[in-house]
Amino acid sequence: MMVHPADSKLSCALANATERALAEAEIRLPTDVLAAIRRAAAVERNEVARRELGHILENIALAEDLQVPICQDTGVPVVYLTLPPDIGLSPSIFLGVREGVRRATATIPLRPNVVDPVTRENTGDNTGAEMPAVHVAPGDRLTVTVLPKGAGSENASRIGMLLPSQAAEIPRFVAETMLIAGGRPCPPVFLGVGIGGTFDVAAALAKEALLLPVDTMDDYEQELCDAVNALGIGPMGLGGDTTALAVKVKRADCHTASLPVAVNVQCWACRRATVEVKR
Amino acid sequence: MMHLATPLGDEVLSLRAGDQVTLSGTIYTARDEAHLRMMEEGIPFDPRGAVVYHCGPVVQESRLVVAGPTTSARMNALTGFLIDAGVRALIGKGGMGPEVVRQLRGRAVYLALTGGCAALAAARMNLSGVYFEELGMAEAVWVIEADHLPLTVGIDAHGGDLFETVREKAKTQFHKRFNTR
Repeated sequence: MMVHPADSKLSCALANATERALAEAEIRLPTDVLAAIRRAAAVERNEVARRELGHILENIALAEDLQVPICQDTGVPVVYLTLPPDIGLSPSIFLGVREGVRRATATIPLRPNVVDPVTRENTGDNTGAEMPAVHVAPGDRLTVTVLPKGAGSENASRIGMLLPSQAAEIPRFVAETMLIAGGRPCPPVFLGVGIGGTFDVAAALAKEALLLPVDTMDDYEQELCDAVNALGIGPMGLGGDTTALAVKVKRADCHTASLPVAVNVQCWACRRATVEVKR
Repeated sequence: MMHLATPLGDEVLSLRAGDQVTLSGTIYTARDEAHLRMMEEGIPFDPRGAVVYHCGPVVQESRLVVAGPTTSARMNALTGFLIDAGVRALIGKGGMGPEVVRQLRGRAVYLALTGGCAALAAARMNLSGVYFEELGMAEAVWVIEADHLPLTVGIDAHGGDLFETVREKAKTQFHKRFNTR
């Protein structure tokens, strides 16, 4: 593929930004995420759960001290880009992000997690067909946001095509997702909930909801969070008050005959980081 | 709090689900592929009193970078032969199925290590060898020397299963809240 020199400069800048964002996300949790875990640890009543939350806080501090990834499941790279009006969408943008993922895999280092879905052959560098997953939106600045996604929690995620008359059933669907999941997704979790749109849009919204700050919840999000915490699954499924640390919701309008609802489960290590690309 | 040292023996039989323990000594990582390989070709280490750790670590130049537990339930159907061979403890996250609870009875325990705590785990571990390295970083059997790993007894040798107790309570709460059943 021919790459224009100006494009190659852009590609290089995106590679650098992606590598930096991944290093930041893998090693250090965002302050809102850390604060949510600390708040939960302060009010947890169950002894086993308090111990588990203590381990989690100790692990977060150790990862930062030692400059190593928080979790050995360093995830698959999910990347959100914002492009300002003067930057067109070109192949060099995707090539840059891909190069950044390759480099981050070697330098941080990350576990090579990306495999062929059927043969299970590992690509070795965390890139592959449609990997990294890149989402592009217009913005004021050129930014790279990464959300490395671990499999334990991703595998517990669910989508339901509810009936239009079942809007009141949404809290049940969300709580049921965690009832089925139990300790497998490494609770306490953050839940991204996508409501509306189409089958695919609901899932995309659920994942995007995990990018929202978790220091506040509106009344509806709080209701969903309370419904999950009432289950008492607790950290790692060993029981306790803290099953969900926060629930965030994103909505889209939908067909009059549909009500898609997607729940993207995220373990306590809600790793995300944004780097602005300097040009 | 009980401190366990490998190789393990009958001391594991006195543990109860919910107990806190620490564990030191040699442990062996194994995920799906390693279990399948061991079933075919035999267990490459002495399984008597051994500890199997459900983990796919990040290893760089023979150094353990991070090594937290993976989801144990994936190994539900692959575990019986290890217990039969004398393995005394499994370490992992999320618990295991009823068939494993039965297999552990009178013989071995399941110990929960806090999921995602990969830096905490690695800080208490040193890499000392590897089997089946060709399976790749995540799936190989790594030999690890552990020093005071902090663990919770998830499933004991008497059928006690903390995960199942919690799941049953969660089900009751769910049906109460949403008026089902």
